[in-house]
Amino acid sequence: MDQFAVKVFVRLRPSVLDPAGEATKSASIKLGAEGIKSLRIGKMIEVKIEGNGENEVRGKIDLLCDRLFANTVIEDYEYSLEKL
Amino acid sequence: MDNFSVGVVVFPGSNCDRDVSWALEGCLDIRTKYLWHESSDLSDVDAIVLPGGFSYGDYLRCGAIARFSPLINALDEFVKSGKRVLGICNGFQILTESGFLPGALVANKNLNFICDDVELDIVSSKGGWFNNVDEKQTIKLPIAHGEGRYHCDSDTLKKLVDNELIALRYKNNPNGSSFDIAGITNEKGNVLGLMPHPERACDETIGGTDGLFTLKSLILK
Repeated sequence: MDQFAVKVFVRLRPSVLDPAGEATKSASIKLGAEGIKSLRIGKMIEVKIEGNGENEVRGKIDLLCDRLFANTVIEDYEYSLEKL
Repeated sequence: MDNFSVGVVVFPGSNCDRDVSWALEGCLDIRTKYLWHESSDLSDVDAIVLPGGFSYGDYLRCGAIARFSPLINALDEFVKSGKRVLGICNGFQILTESGFLPGALVANKNLNFICDDVELDIVSSKGGWFNNVDEKQTIKLPIAHGEGRYHCDSDTLKKLVDNELIALRYKNNPNGSSFDIAGITNEKGNVLGLMPHPERACDETIGGTDGLFTLKSLILK
């Protein structure tokens, strides 16, 4: 069995308003940061997972992302995978 | 109401389950039974309410974890049999997360948790959940949510409009919902999800009775 470290990034789709991102953008500007054109908040999920090779693990992660980690009505996801 | 029994689902974090039961039993004389989320036996209830609250602490997304409970897994067959399911607030979020209703509910546009009475236009009487057969009707119900902004893509919205699946629209949109949507039904009409709380509007002494009709419609066949 191989072990993998997976980082999943879940983001609101561009068409979905992100009020928390807007509020953080506003605070960033108040802090004095210049030049911020857009700021959106997502989630990062770290998973350690075992499996027989990368393909099998990718299959498991695809299922988790599609059915649980992200709601694909409002969110997109991508992930990176590193063999430990 | 004879032997008719409404199952009120209790998830860890539900907090409107007793209100729903009180409204059904005390105001409408409809028998209720609490259903723990780990139960998958729905054989002795005739309709189901998914109440408001914060199931599983709203972890990940509102309603996302509840979707995987044994009870929600058993709900598919219950819905297909034509029995009625009412999802209120967090219950609506669970119904969208689990695919019984289209779209999703996301953070309110102004980020506030909004606790208020709102005026609602009854748009469709599909499923008989609202008493608006003859003319356009407005009702007033309480809302209490931080993540009640209904969102769907334009194709879904068109389908909702074309098939008369939009049950309720806010008169003064409080949360930024697409098309002012406050509640929708499935195509068959036996599943209704709404953000406002009808169970909190069942007695004149606590602010009105506009919620009674919707709860009473649980007993419709």
